Amino acid sequence: MSALRADLQYIADWIKPASRVLDLGCGDGDLLASLREEKAVTGYGVEIDVDKVVTCVGKGINVIQSDLESGLATFESGSFDYVVLSLTIQAMHNIEGILAEMLRVGRTGIVTFPNFGYWENRWQLLLGRMPVSETIPYEWYNTPNIHFCTLADFDQLLGKLGMQIEDQQVLHQGEKVEFLPNLLGSLAMVRFGRI
Amino acid sequence: MTQPQSVGVVTAQKAVFDQPISLACGTTLPRYELVYETYGQLNADKSNAILICHALSGNHHVAGKYAETDKATGWWDNMIGPGKPIDTNRFFVIGLNNLGGCHGSTGPSSIDPETGKPYGSRFPLVLVRDWVETQARLADSLGIDRFAAIIGGSLGGMQALRWTISHPQRVRHALVIASAPKLTAQNIAFNDVARQAILTDPEFHGGDYYEHGTVPRRGLRLARMLGHITYLSDDGMGEKFGRLLRSGEYKYGFDVEFEIESYLRYQGDKFSTLFDANTYLLMTKALDYFDPSRDYEGDLSKALAQTAAKFLVVSFTTDWRFSPSRSREIVKALLDARKDVSYAEIESQHGHDAFLMEDPAYHGVMRAYLNRIAEEIAR
Repeated sequence: MSALRADLQYIADWIKPASRVLDLGCGDGDLLASLREEKAVTGYGVEIDVDKVVTCVGKGINVIQSDLESGLATFESGSFDYVVLSLTIQAMHNIEGILAEMLRVGRTGIVTFPNFGYWENRWQLLLGRMPVSETIPYEWYNTPNIHFCTLADFDQLLGKLGMQIEDQQVLHQGEKVEFLPNLLGSLAMVRFGRI
Repeated sequence: MTQPQSVGVVTAQKAVFDQPISLACGTTLPRYELVYETYGQLNADKSNAILICHALSGNHHVAGKYAETDKATGWWDNMIGPGKPIDTNRFFVIGLNNLGGCHGSTGPSSIDPETGKPYGSRFPLVLVRDWVETQARLADSLGIDRFAAIIGGSLGGMQALRWTISHPQRVRHALVIASAPKLTAQNIAFNDVARQAILTDPEFHGGDYYEHGTVPRRGLRLARMLGHITYLSDDGMGEKFGRLLRSGEYKYGFDVEFEIESYLRYQGDKFSTLFDANTYLLMTKALDYFDPSRDYEGDLSKALAQTAAKFLVVSFTTDWRFSPSRSREIVKALLDARKDVSYAEIESQHGHDAFLMEDPAYHGVMRAYLNRIAEEIAR
Protein backbone atom coordinates (compact mmCIF):
# COMPACT_ATOMS: atom_id res chain seq x y z
CA MET A 1 0.00 0.00 0.00
CA SER A 2 1.29 3.45 -0.85
CA ALA A 3 2.17 5.82 2.00
CA LEU A 4 -0.70 7.67 3.57
CA ARG A 5 -0.96 11.42 2.96
CA ALA A 6 0.86 13.19 5.78
CA ASP A 7 -2.21 14.73 7.44
CA LEU A 8 -4.06 11.41 7.30
CA GLN A 9 -1.05 9.70 8.87
CA TYR A 10 -1.17 12.15 11.78
CA ILE A 11 -4.88 11.37 12.21
CA ALA A 12 -4.08 7.64 12.14
CA ASP A 13 -1.47 8.20 14.85
CA TRP A 14 -4.20 9.55 17.13
CA ILE A 15 -6.38 6.47 16.73
CA LYS A 16 -5.99 3.53 19.09
CA PRO A 17 -5.86 -0.02 17.67
CA ALA A 18 -9.05 -2.09 17.40
CA SER A 19 -11.29 0.95 17.83
CA ARG A 20 -14.42 1.86 15.85
CA VAL A 21 -13.97 4.78 13.49
CA LEU A 22 -16.44 6.79 11.43
CA ASP A 23 -14.76 8.82 8.68
CA LEU A 24 -17.00 11.62 7.41
CA GLY A 25 -16.21 12.65 3.85
CA CYS A 26 -13.94 9.62 3.57
CA GLY A 27 -13.01 10.27 -0.07
CA ASP A 28 -11.16 7.33 -1.59
CA GLY A 29 -11.10 5.51 1.75
CA ASP A 30 -7.32 5.71 2.21
CA LEU A 31 -7.46 6.49 5.93
CA LEU A 32 -9.88 3.65 6.67
CA ALA A 33 -7.97 1.19 4.50
CA SER A 34 -4.76 2.05 6.34
CA LEU A 35 -6.40 1.86 9.77
CA ARG A 36 -7.86 -1.53 8.87
CA GLU A 37 -4.47 -2.90 7.81
CA GLU A 38 -2.28 -1.29 10.45
CA LYS A 39 -4.54 -1.07 13.48
CA ALA A 40 -7.33 -3.62 12.98
CA VAL A 41 -9.84 -0.81 13.20
CA THR A 42 -13.52 -1.37 12.33
CA GLY A 43 -14.47 1.54 10.15
CA TYR A 44 -17.24 3.07 8.12
CA GLY A 45 -16.92 5.96 5.74
CA VAL A 46 -19.53 8.49 4.70
CA GLU A 47 -19.16 9.96 1.24
CA ILE A 48 -21.48 11.86 -1.08
CA ASP A 49 -19.60 11.41 -4.36
CA VAL A 50 -20.60 8.17 -6.09
CA ASP A 51 -17.24 7.73 -7.86
CA LYS A 52 -15.49 7.84 -4.51
CA VAL A 53 -18.07 5.42 -3.13
CA VAL A 54 -17.15 3.04 -5.96
CA THR A 55 -13.45 3.41 -5.08
CA CYS A 56 -14.13 2.67 -1.40
CA VAL A 57 -16.28 -0.35 -2.26
CA GLY A 58 -13.46 -1.63 -4.45
CA LYS A 59 -11.09 -1.38 -1.47
CA GLY A 60 -13.48 -3.35 0.69
CA ILE A 61 -14.22 -0.33 2.86
CA ASN A 62 -17.67 -0.01 4.41
CA VAL A 63 -19.00 3.19 2.90
CA ILE A 64 -22.38 4.85 3.23
CA GLN A 65 -23.35 7.26 0.47
CA SER A 66 -24.92 10.20 2.22
CA ASP A 67 -24.90 13.98 2.50
CA LEU A 68 -23.29 15.10 5.75
CA GLU A 69 -25.46 18.21 5.75
CA SER A 70 -28.46 15.98 6.48
CA GLY A 71 -26.82 14.81 9.70
CA LEU A 72 -25.79 11.42 11.00
CA ALA A 73 -29.25 10.03 11.84
CA THR A 74 -28.27 6.64 10.39
CA PHE A 75 -25.73 6.22 13.18
CA GLU A 76 -26.63 5.26 16.71
CA SER A 77 -25.49 7.45 19.61
CA GLY A 78 -22.19 6.40 21.14
CA SER A 79 -21.49 3.78 18.49
CA PHE A 80 -17.98 4.96 17.57
CA ASP A 81 -14.74 5.63 19.40
CA TYR A 82 -13.64 8.25 16.87
CA VAL A 83 -15.46 10.38 14.33
CA VAL A 84 -13.17 11.99 11.77
CA LEU A 85 -13.97 15.00 9.58
CA SER A 86 -10.97 15.75 7.46
CA LEU A 87 -10.69 18.84 5.24
CA THR A 88 -14.46 19.02 4.84
CA ILE A 89 -15.79 21.27 7.58
CA GLN A 90 -14.84 24.46 5.72
CA ALA A 91 -17.26 23.50 2.94
CA MET A 92 -20.21 22.69 5.23
CA HIS A 93 -23.23 24.86 6.06
CA ASN A 94 -24.14 23.69 9.52
CA ILE A 95 -20.87 23.57 11.43
CA GLU A 96 -22.33 23.54 14.93
CA GLY A 97 -24.74 20.80 13.87
CA ILE A 98 -22.07 18.49 12.52
CA LEU A 99 -19.77 18.99 15.52
CA ALA A 100 -22.64 18.12 17.87
CA GLU A 101 -23.51 15.08 15.76
CA MET A 102 -19.88 13.94 15.80
CA LEU A 103 -19.83 13.82 19.57
CA ARG A 104 -23.29 12.25 19.68
CA VAL A 105 -22.27 9.20 17.65
CA GLY A 106 -18.65 9.12 18.84
CA ARG A 107 -16.58 9.66 21.96
CA THR A 108 -13.78 11.60 20.30
CA GLY A 109 -13.92 13.96 17.34
CA ILE A 110 -11.06 14.69 14.98
CA VAL A 111 -11.36 17.67 12.64
CA THR A 112 -8.79 18.94 10.18
CA PHE A 113 -9.13 22.18 8.21
CA PRO A 114 -7.07 24.75 6.31
CA ASN A 115 -5.86 27.27 8.86
CA PHE A 116 -6.94 30.68 7.62
CA GLY A 117 -4.53 32.21 10.13
CA TYR A 118 -1.53 30.86 8.21
CA TRP A 119 0.81 33.78 7.52
CA GLU A 120 0.63 33.51 3.73
CA ASN A 121 -3.16 33.83 3.87
CA ARG A 122 -2.83 36.84 6.17
CA TRP A 123 -0.23 38.34 3.85
CA GLN A 124 -2.35 37.96 0.74
CA LEU A 125 -5.30 39.57 2.54
CA LEU A 126 -3.03 42.39 3.64
CA LEU A 127 -2.16 42.92 -0.02
CA GLY A 128 -5.87 43.17 -0.70
CA ARG A 129 -6.52 39.77 -2.29
CA MET A 130 -8.34 36.64 -1.16
CA PRO A 131 -5.76 34.00 -0.29
CA VAL A 132 -4.97 31.18 -2.70
CA SER A 133 -2.52 28.68 -1.29
CA GLU A 134 -1.64 25.01 -1.09
CA THR A 135 -4.42 24.22 1.43
CA ILE A 136 -6.85 26.77 -0.10
CA PRO A 137 -6.27 26.17 -3.80
CA TYR A 138 -9.45 27.88 -5.09
CA GLU A 139 -10.27 31.34 -6.36
CA TRP A 140 -12.96 33.19 -4.39
CA TYR A 141 -15.51 32.72 -7.18
CA ASN A 142 -15.16 28.94 -7.57
CA THR A 143 -14.37 27.79 -4.08
CA PRO A 144 -16.54 25.16 -2.39
CA ASN A 145 -15.30 26.55 0.92
CA ILE A 146 -17.78 28.76 2.75
CA HIS A 147 -16.62 28.71 6.37
CA PHE A 148 -13.02 29.65 6.89
CA CYS A 149 -11.60 29.91 10.37
CA THR A 150 -8.28 30.09 12.15
CA LEU A 151 -7.08 27.61 14.71
CA ALA A 152 -7.95 30.12 17.42
CA ASP A 153 -11.50 30.56 16.04
CA PHE A 154 -12.11 26.84 15.99
CA ASP A 155 -10.88 26.39 19.54
CA GLN A 156 -13.24 29.12 20.67
CA LEU A 157 -16.22 27.45 18.96
CA LEU A 158 -15.50 24.14 20.66
CA GLY A 159 -15.56 25.95 24.00
CA LYS A 160 -18.90 27.53 23.15
CA LEU A 161 -20.33 24.10 22.28
CA GLY A 162 -19.20 22.56 25.56
CA MET A 163 -16.43 20.60 23.96
CA GLN A 164 -12.78 20.56 24.81
CA ILE A 165 -9.56 20.08 22.95
CA GLU A 166 -7.70 16.90 23.80
CA ASP A 167 -4.83 17.55 21.44
CA GLN A 168 -4.03 19.69 18.45
CA GLN A 169 -1.46 19.65 15.74
CA VAL A 170 -0.53 22.10 13.05
CA LEU A 171 1.17 21.10 9.83
CA HIS A 172 2.78 22.79 6.91
CA GLN A 173 3.59 20.73 3.83
CA GLY A 174 3.15 17.58 5.88
CA GLU A 175 5.58 18.65 8.63
CA LYS A 176 4.62 19.46 12.21
CA VAL A 177 4.80 23.14 13.16
CA GLU A 178 5.59 23.68 16.85
CA PHE A 179 6.41 27.41 16.88
CA LEU A 180 3.57 29.97 16.44
CA PRO A 181 1.22 27.29 15.07
CA ASN A 182 -1.66 29.65 14.20
CA LEU A 183 0.71 31.72 12.10
CA LEU A 184 3.08 29.17 10.61
CA GLY A 185 0.78 26.19 10.08
CA SER A 186 -1.37 25.93 6.96
CA LEU A 187 -3.31 22.86 8.07
CA ALA A 188 -4.88 22.49 11.50
CA MET A 189 -5.82 19.25 13.23
CA VAL A 190 -7.89 19.15 16.40
CA ARG A 191 -8.86 16.19 18.54
CA PHE A 192 -11.68 16.95 20.92
CA GLY A 193 -14.27 15.47 23.25
CA ARG A 194 -16.96 16.45 25.70
CA ILE A 195 -15.97 18.42 28.77
CA MET B 1 -10.38 -5.10 -19.71
CA THR B 2 -12.10 -7.47 -22.10
CA GLN B 3 -15.32 -6.35 -23.72
CA PRO B 4 -18.40 -7.55 -21.80
CA GLN B 5 -20.12 -10.41 -23.55
CA SER B 6 -23.31 -12.41 -23.37
CA VAL B 7 -23.43 -15.77 -21.64
CA GLY B 8 -24.73 -16.97 -25.03
CA VAL B 9 -27.29 -19.71 -25.52
CA VAL B 10 -28.56 -21.19 -22.29
CA THR B 11 -30.84 -24.08 -21.36
CA ALA B 12 -33.18 -24.26 -18.40
CA GLN B 13 -32.93 -27.23 -16.05
CA LYS B 14 -35.42 -28.73 -13.65
CA ALA B 15 -34.89 -29.99 -10.12
CA VAL B 16 -37.49 -32.28 -8.55
CA PHE B 17 -37.95 -32.30 -4.79
CA ASP B 18 -39.77 -35.27 -3.27
CA GLN B 19 -39.15 -34.25 0.31
CA PRO B 20 -42.31 -32.44 1.49
CA ILE B 21 -41.99 -28.80 2.48
CA SER B 22 -44.08 -27.23 5.23
CA LEU B 23 -44.90 -23.68 4.32
CA ALA B 24 -45.28 -20.74 6.67
CA CYS B 25 -49.04 -20.64 6.00
CA GLY B 26 -49.37 -24.12 7.54
CA THR B 27 -49.82 -26.12 4.33
CA THR B 28 -47.42 -28.87 3.28
CA LEU B 29 -46.52 -29.42 -0.34
CA PRO B 30 -45.56 -33.09 -0.74
CA ARG B 31 -43.58 -32.54 -3.90
CA TYR B 32 -42.50 -29.67 -6.13
CA GLU B 33 -40.24 -28.76 -9.00
CA LEU B 34 -38.03 -25.75 -9.58
CA VAL B 35 -36.70 -24.64 -12.94
CA TYR B 36 -33.36 -22.90 -12.96
CA GLU B 37 -30.50 -21.82 -15.18
CA THR B 38 -26.82 -21.58 -14.43
CA TYR B 39 -24.08 -19.52 -16.03
CA GLY B 40 -20.32 -19.91 -15.56
CA GLN B 41 -18.49 -22.74 -13.83
CA LEU B 42 -18.73 -23.87 -10.24
CA ASN B 43 -15.16 -23.95 -8.91
CA ALA B 44 -13.57 -26.97 -7.20
CA ASP B 45 -14.35 -25.89 -3.63
CA LYS B 46 -17.80 -24.67 -4.68
CA SER B 47 -17.16 -21.23 -3.21
CA ASN B 48 -18.00 -19.05 -6.23
CA ALA B 49 -21.77 -19.55 -6.45
CA ILE B 50 -24.10 -16.59 -6.70
CA LEU B 51 -27.86 -16.88 -6.39
CA ILE B 52 -30.03 -14.37 -8.22
CA CYS B 53 -33.47 -13.92 -6.64
CA HIS B 54 -36.15 -12.56 -8.91
CA ALA B 55 -38.75 -9.87 -8.29
CA LEU B 56 -42.52 -9.97 -8.76
CA SER B 57 -42.67 -10.80 -12.45
CA GLY B 58 -39.21 -12.28 -12.91
CA ASN B 59 -38.14 -15.83 -13.57
CA HIS B 60 -35.16 -18.14 -13.96
CA HIS B 61 -34.15 -16.78 -17.36
CA VAL B 62 -31.80 -14.14 -16.02
CA ALA B 63 -29.15 -13.96 -18.74
CA GLY B 64 -28.44 -15.15 -22.27
CA LYS B 65 -30.82 -16.42 -24.93
CA TYR B 66 -32.53 -19.70 -25.67
CA ALA B 67 -31.49 -19.59 -29.32
CA GLU B 68 -28.90 -17.58 -31.21
CA THR B 69 -31.71 -15.99 -33.22
CA ASP B 70 -33.76 -14.92 -30.16
CA LYS B 71 -34.22 -11.19 -29.84
CA ALA B 72 -35.08 -11.27 -26.16
CA THR B 73 -32.46 -11.93 -23.52
CA GLY B 74 -32.79 -12.85 -19.86
CA TRP B 75 -34.13 -10.07 -17.62
CA TRP B 76 -30.76 -9.08 -16.12
CA ASP B 77 -28.57 -9.71 -19.12
CA ASN B 78 -26.88 -6.30 -18.80
CA MET B 79 -25.59 -7.29 -15.33
CA ILE B 80 -24.56 -10.91 -15.85
CA GLY B 81 -22.09 -12.35 -18.32
CA PRO B 82 -18.40 -12.62 -19.13
CA GLY B 83 -16.81 -9.28 -18.25
CA LYS B 84 -20.07 -7.86 -16.84
CA PRO B 85 -20.43 -6.72 -13.21
CA ILE B 86 -21.58 -10.22 -12.18
CA ASP B 87 -18.78 -11.81 -14.16
CA THR B 88 -19.49 -15.39 -15.24
CA ASN B 89 -15.77 -15.89 -15.89
CA ARG B 90 -15.37 -15.75 -12.13
CA PHE B 91 -18.71 -16.75 -10.69
CA PHE B 92 -21.18 -19.60 -11.02
CA VAL B 93 -24.51 -17.84 -11.25
CA ILE B 94 -27.88 -19.47 -10.56
CA GLY B 95 -31.24 -18.06 -11.52
CA LEU B 96 -34.41 -19.88 -10.57
CA ASN B 97 -38.13 -19.49 -10.89
CA ASN B 98 -39.61 -19.35 -7.42
CA LEU B 99 -42.14 -21.78 -6.05
CA GLY B 100 -45.58 -20.50 -7.03
CA GLY B 101 -44.22 -19.04 -10.25
CA CYS B 102 -45.60 -19.52 -13.72
CA HIS B 103 -42.48 -20.19 -15.78
CA GLY B 104 -41.96 -23.88 -15.08
CA SER B 105 -41.61 -24.18 -11.32
CA THR B 106 -44.52 -25.68 -9.41
CA GLY B 107 -47.21 -23.05 -9.08
CA PRO B 108 -50.95 -22.47 -9.24
CA SER B 109 -51.07 -23.35 -12.95
CA SER B 110 -49.22 -26.67 -12.43
CA ILE B 111 -51.10 -29.95 -12.27
CA ASP B 112 -51.92 -31.05 -8.74
CA PRO B 113 -50.99 -34.76 -8.66
CA GLU B 114 -53.82 -35.39 -6.19
CA THR B 115 -56.55 -34.21 -8.52
CA GLY B 116 -54.93 -34.35 -11.93
CA LYS B 117 -56.10 -30.75 -12.47
CA PRO B 118 -54.27 -27.42 -12.11
CA TYR B 119 -53.91 -26.34 -8.47
CA GLY B 120 -55.67 -23.02 -9.03
CA SER B 121 -57.27 -21.84 -5.79
CA ARG B 122 -55.83 -24.85 -3.93
CA PHE B 123 -52.27 -23.62 -4.31
CA PRO B 124 -51.06 -22.31 -0.95
CA LEU B 125 -49.73 -18.80 -0.36
CA VAL B 126 -45.95 -18.83 -0.29
CA LEU B 127 -43.86 -16.46 1.78
CA VAL B 128 -40.36 -15.11 1.18
CA ARG B 129 -39.05 -17.41 3.91
CA ASP B 130 -40.55 -20.40 2.07
CA TRP B 131 -38.74 -19.40 -1.09
CA VAL B 132 -35.51 -19.21 0.86
CA GLU B 133 -36.07 -22.79 2.09
CA THR B 134 -36.69 -24.06 -1.43
CA GLN B 135 -33.66 -22.16 -2.70
CA ALA B 136 -31.57 -23.69 0.08
CA ARG B 137 -32.70 -27.15 -1.03
CA LEU B 138 -31.76 -26.32 -4.60
CA ALA B 139 -28.34 -25.24 -3.31
CA ASP B 140 -28.06 -28.55 -1.41
CA SER B 141 -28.83 -30.48 -4.59
CA LEU B 142 -26.04 -28.59 -6.37
CA GLY B 143 -23.60 -29.22 -3.51
CA ILE B 144 -23.38 -25.53 -2.59
CA ASP B 145 -22.90 -25.06 1.11
CA ARG B 146 -22.30 -21.33 1.16
CA PHE B 147 -23.05 -18.72 -1.48
CA ALA B 148 -20.41 -16.16 -2.36
CA ALA B 149 -23.34 -13.79 -2.78
CA ILE B 150 -27.10 -13.71 -2.93
CA ILE B 151 -28.38 -10.86 -5.03
CA GLY B 152 -31.83 -9.49 -5.69
CA GLY B 153 -33.74 -6.34 -6.54
CA SER B 154 -37.12 -5.38 -5.08
CA LEU B 155 -38.86 -8.59 -3.91
CA GLY B 156 -35.58 -10.32 -4.82
CA GLY B 157 -33.73 -8.12 -2.34
CA MET B 158 -36.16 -9.25 0.35
CA GLN B 159 -35.15 -12.85 -0.37
CA ALA B 160 -31.46 -11.96 -0.10
CA LEU B 161 -32.15 -10.24 3.23
CA ARG B 162 -34.21 -13.20 4.48
CA TRP B 163 -31.41 -15.61 3.55
CA THR B 164 -28.99 -13.84 5.87
CA ILE B 165 -31.44 -14.31 8.75
CA SER B 166 -32.65 -17.85 7.97
CA HIS B 167 -29.24 -19.26 6.99
CA PRO B 168 -26.62 -16.87 8.36
CA GLN B 169 -23.73 -19.22 7.68
CA ARG B 170 -24.67 -19.91 4.09
CA VAL B 171 -24.27 -16.36 2.72
CA ARG B 172 -21.00 -14.47 2.46
CA HIS B 173 -22.51 -11.36 0.91
CA ALA B 174 -26.03 -10.12 0.38
CA LEU B 175 -26.72 -7.48 -2.27
CA VAL B 176 -30.08 -5.91 -1.52
CA ILE B 177 -31.14 -3.58 -4.31
CA ALA B 178 -34.14 -1.22 -4.52
CA SER B 179 -35.77 -3.13 -1.71
CA ALA B 180 -37.37 -2.53 1.70
CA PRO B 181 -37.40 -4.21 5.11
CA LYS B 182 -41.20 -4.41 4.86
CA LEU B 183 -43.89 -2.72 2.81
CA THR B 184 -45.61 0.46 3.91
CA ALA B 185 -49.39 0.77 4.06
CA GLN B 186 -49.30 2.70 0.78
CA ASN B 187 -47.34 -0.06 -0.89
CA ILE B 188 -49.73 -2.76 0.36
CA ALA B 189 -52.58 -0.58 -0.87
CA PHE B 190 -51.19 -0.56 -4.39
CA ASN B 191 -50.87 -4.33 -4.24
CA ASP B 192 -54.44 -4.70 -3.09
CA VAL B 193 -55.84 -2.59 -5.90
CA ALA B 194 -53.90 -4.81 -8.30
CA ARG B 195 -55.31 -7.90 -6.63
CA GLN B 196 -58.84 -6.53 -6.66
CA ALA B 197 -58.56 -6.01 -10.40
CA ILE B 198 -57.84 -9.72 -10.78
CA LEU B 199 -60.17 -11.04 -8.09
CA THR B 200 -63.18 -9.14 -9.49
CA ASP B 201 -62.56 -10.14 -13.10
CA PRO B 202 -65.54 -12.37 -14.05
CA GLU B 203 -63.13 -14.72 -15.78
CA PHE B 204 -61.26 -15.35 -12.52
CA HIS B 205 -63.66 -18.00 -11.15
CA GLY B 206 -62.19 -17.93 -7.67
CA GLY B 207 -58.77 -18.80 -9.05
CA ASP B 208 -59.93 -21.92 -10.92
CA TYR B 209 -60.15 -20.32 -14.33
CA TYR B 210 -57.99 -23.03 -15.87
CA GLU B 211 -60.87 -25.54 -15.69
CA HIS B 212 -63.28 -22.93 -17.04
CA GLY B 213 -61.04 -22.40 -20.03
CA THR B 214 -60.86 -18.68 -19.27
CA VAL B 215 -58.12 -16.24 -18.35
CA PRO B 216 -58.73 -13.16 -16.15
CA ARG B 217 -56.81 -11.13 -18.66
CA ARG B 218 -58.57 -7.83 -18.01
CA GLY B 219 -57.76 -7.97 -14.31
CA LEU B 220 -54.16 -8.94 -14.87
CA ARG B 221 -53.81 -6.21 -17.46
CA LEU B 222 -55.10 -3.56 -15.06
CA ALA B 223 -52.92 -4.90 -12.26
CA ARG B 224 -49.88 -4.60 -14.48
CA MET B 225 -50.78 -1.12 -15.69
CA LEU B 226 -51.11 0.10 -12.13
CA GLY B 227 -47.90 -1.61 -11.12
CA HIS B 228 -46.08 -0.15 -14.07
CA ILE B 229 -47.02 3.41 -13.11
CA THR B 230 -45.48 2.86 -9.69
CA TYR B 231 -42.27 1.46 -11.17
CA LEU B 232 -41.59 4.64 -13.14
CA SER B 233 -40.84 8.08 -11.80
CA ASP B 234 -42.99 11.11 -12.54
CA ASP B 235 -39.97 12.81 -14.10
CA GLY B 236 -38.99 9.78 -16.14
CA MET B 237 -42.54 9.35 -17.42
CA GLY B 238 -42.79 13.06 -18.17
CA GLU B 239 -39.54 13.02 -20.07
CA LYS B 240 -40.44 9.94 -22.09
CA PHE B 241 -44.10 10.66 -22.86
CA GLY B 242 -45.01 14.11 -21.62
CA ARG B 243 -48.45 14.98 -22.98
CA LEU B 244 -47.63 13.65 -26.41
CA LEU B 245 -50.71 12.76 -28.44
CA ARG B 246 -50.64 9.86 -30.85
CA SER B 247 -52.45 11.72 -33.59
CA GLY B 248 -51.37 15.20 -32.59
CA GLU B 249 -54.85 16.40 -31.61
CA TYR B 250 -57.67 15.74 -29.15
CA LYS B 251 -60.22 13.16 -30.30
CA TYR B 252 -62.75 13.71 -27.50
CA GLY B 253 -63.19 10.01 -26.72
CA PHE B 254 -61.87 7.16 -24.63
CA ASP B 255 -59.63 5.50 -27.17
CA VAL B 256 -55.89 5.77 -26.86
CA GLU B 257 -54.94 9.42 -27.25
CA PHE B 258 -51.93 10.15 -25.10
CA GLU B 259 -48.72 8.22 -25.69
CA ILE B 260 -48.61 7.20 -22.04
CA GLU B 261 -51.98 5.47 -22.46
CA SER B 262 -50.70 3.60 -25.45
CA TYR B 263 -47.58 2.56 -23.61
CA LEU B 264 -49.41 1.33 -20.51
CA ARG B 265 -52.04 -0.54 -22.51
CA TYR B 266 -49.32 -2.21 -24.55
CA GLN B 267 -47.43 -3.23 -21.41
CA GLY B 268 -50.64 -4.50 -19.81
CA ASP B 269 -51.69 -6.46 -22.88
CA LYS B 270 -48.30 -8.06 -23.30
CA PHE B 271 -48.06 -9.03 -19.65
CA SER B 272 -51.58 -10.48 -19.51
CA THR B 273 -50.72 -13.03 -22.18
CA LEU B 274 -47.42 -14.05 -20.55
CA PHE B 275 -48.14 -14.19 -16.85
CA ASP B 276 -50.46 -16.18 -14.64
CA ALA B 277 -52.96 -14.21 -12.55
CA ASN B 278 -52.75 -16.58 -9.56
CA THR B 279 -48.99 -16.21 -9.52
CA TYR B 280 -49.40 -12.44 -9.59
CA LEU B 281 -51.70 -12.65 -6.56
CA LEU B 282 -49.29 -14.93 -4.74
CA MET B 283 -46.26 -12.73 -5.43
CA THR B 284 -47.99 -9.57 -4.22
CA LYS B 285 -49.04 -11.34 -1.01
CA ALA B 286 -45.46 -12.50 -0.45
CA LEU B 287 -44.44 -8.84 -0.72
CA ASP B 288 -47.13 -7.74 1.73
CA TYR B 289 -46.33 -10.39 4.34
CA PHE B 290 -42.58 -9.83 4.26
CA ASP B 291 -41.38 -8.46 7.60
CA PRO B 292 -38.39 -10.27 9.10
CA SER B 293 -38.55 -8.03 12.17
CA ARG B 294 -41.92 -9.53 13.10
CA ASP B 295 -40.29 -12.40 15.01
CA TYR B 296 -38.00 -9.93 16.81
CA GLU B 297 -40.39 -7.47 18.45
CA GLY B 298 -40.38 -5.34 15.33
CA ASP B 299 -36.65 -4.71 15.63
CA LEU B 300 -34.87 -5.38 12.34
CA SER B 301 -31.41 -4.99 13.86
CA LYS B 302 -32.26 -7.80 16.28
CA ALA B 303 -33.40 -9.91 13.35
CA LEU B 304 -30.03 -9.27 11.71
CA ALA B 305 -27.96 -9.81 14.84
CA GLN B 306 -27.09 -13.41 13.95
CA THR B 307 -26.22 -12.79 10.33
CA ALA B 308 -22.64 -13.42 9.26
CA ALA B 309 -23.05 -11.82 5.85
CA LYS B 310 -21.64 -8.57 4.57
CA PHE B 311 -24.04 -6.28 2.77
CA LEU B 312 -24.29 -3.97 -0.15
CA VAL B 313 -27.51 -1.98 -0.18
CA VAL B 314 -28.40 0.07 -3.26
CA SER B 315 -31.30 2.43 -3.92
CA PHE B 316 -32.27 4.86 -6.67
CA THR B 317 -33.15 8.50 -6.13
CA THR B 318 -36.42 8.57 -8.08
CA ASP B 319 -37.70 5.18 -6.88
CA TRP B 320 -40.80 5.98 -4.86
CA ARG B 321 -42.23 2.45 -4.72
CA PHE B 322 -39.11 1.28 -2.84
CA SER B 323 -37.64 4.63 -1.95
CA PRO B 324 -34.10 5.33 -0.72
CA SER B 325 -35.43 5.97 2.78
CA ARG B 326 -36.59 2.34 2.93
CA SER B 327 -33.12 1.13 1.96
CA ARG B 328 -31.65 3.43 4.59
CA GLU B 329 -33.81 1.62 7.18
CA ILE B 330 -32.02 -1.59 6.22
CA VAL B 331 -28.66 0.19 6.40
CA LYS B 332 -29.47 1.63 9.80
CA ALA B 333 -30.52 -1.76 11.17
CA LEU B 334 -27.26 -3.27 9.90
CA LEU B 335 -25.21 -0.43 11.39
CA ASP B 336 -27.02 -0.79 14.71
CA ALA B 337 -26.26 -4.51 14.61
CA ARG B 338 -22.63 -3.59 13.83
CA LYS B 339 -22.55 -5.48 10.54
CA ASP B 340 -20.41 -4.73 7.52
CA VAL B 341 -22.48 -2.70 5.10
CA SER B 342 -21.97 -0.35 2.20
CA TYR B 343 -24.73 1.77 0.74
CA ALA B 344 -25.06 3.52 -2.59
CA GLU B 345 -27.89 5.87 -3.52
CA ILE B 346 -27.76 6.08 -7.29
CA GLU B 347 -28.98 9.14 -9.20
CA SER B 348 -31.48 7.88 -11.73
CA GLN B 349 -34.50 9.00 -13.71
CA HIS B 350 -35.93 5.53 -13.97
CA GLY B 351 -37.78 5.06 -10.70
CA HIS B 352 -38.02 1.53 -9.35
CA ASP B 353 -37.18 0.08 -12.77
CA ALA B 354 -33.69 1.60 -12.43
CA PHE B 355 -32.44 -1.58 -10.80
CA LEU B 356 -32.84 -3.35 -14.14
CA MET B 357 -31.22 -0.61 -16.21
CA GLU B 358 -27.66 -0.12 -17.29
CA ASP B 359 -26.14 2.83 -15.50
CA PRO B 360 -22.41 3.62 -15.14
CA ALA B 361 -22.53 4.53 -11.44
CA TYR B 362 -24.82 1.62 -10.50
CA HIS B 363 -22.85 -0.90 -12.50
CA GLY B 364 -19.62 0.64 -11.18
CA VAL B 365 -20.68 -0.02 -7.59
CA MET B 366 -21.82 -3.55 -8.44
CA ARG B 367 -18.62 -4.32 -10.34
CA ALA B 368 -16.40 -2.99 -7.55
CA TYR B 369 -18.28 -4.94 -4.89
CA LEU B 370 -18.30 -8.19 -6.86
CA ASN B 371 -14.64 -7.74 -7.69
CA ARG B 372 -13.93 -7.63 -4.01
CA ILE B 373 -15.98 -10.82 -3.46
CA ALA B 374 -14.02 -12.58 -6.21
CA GLU B 375 -10.74 -11.55 -4.55
CA GLU B 376 -12.02 -12.66 -1.17
CA ILE B 377 -12.97 -16.17 -2.28
CA ALA B 378 -9.70 -16.56 -4.22
CA ARG B 379 -7.74 -15.94 -1.03
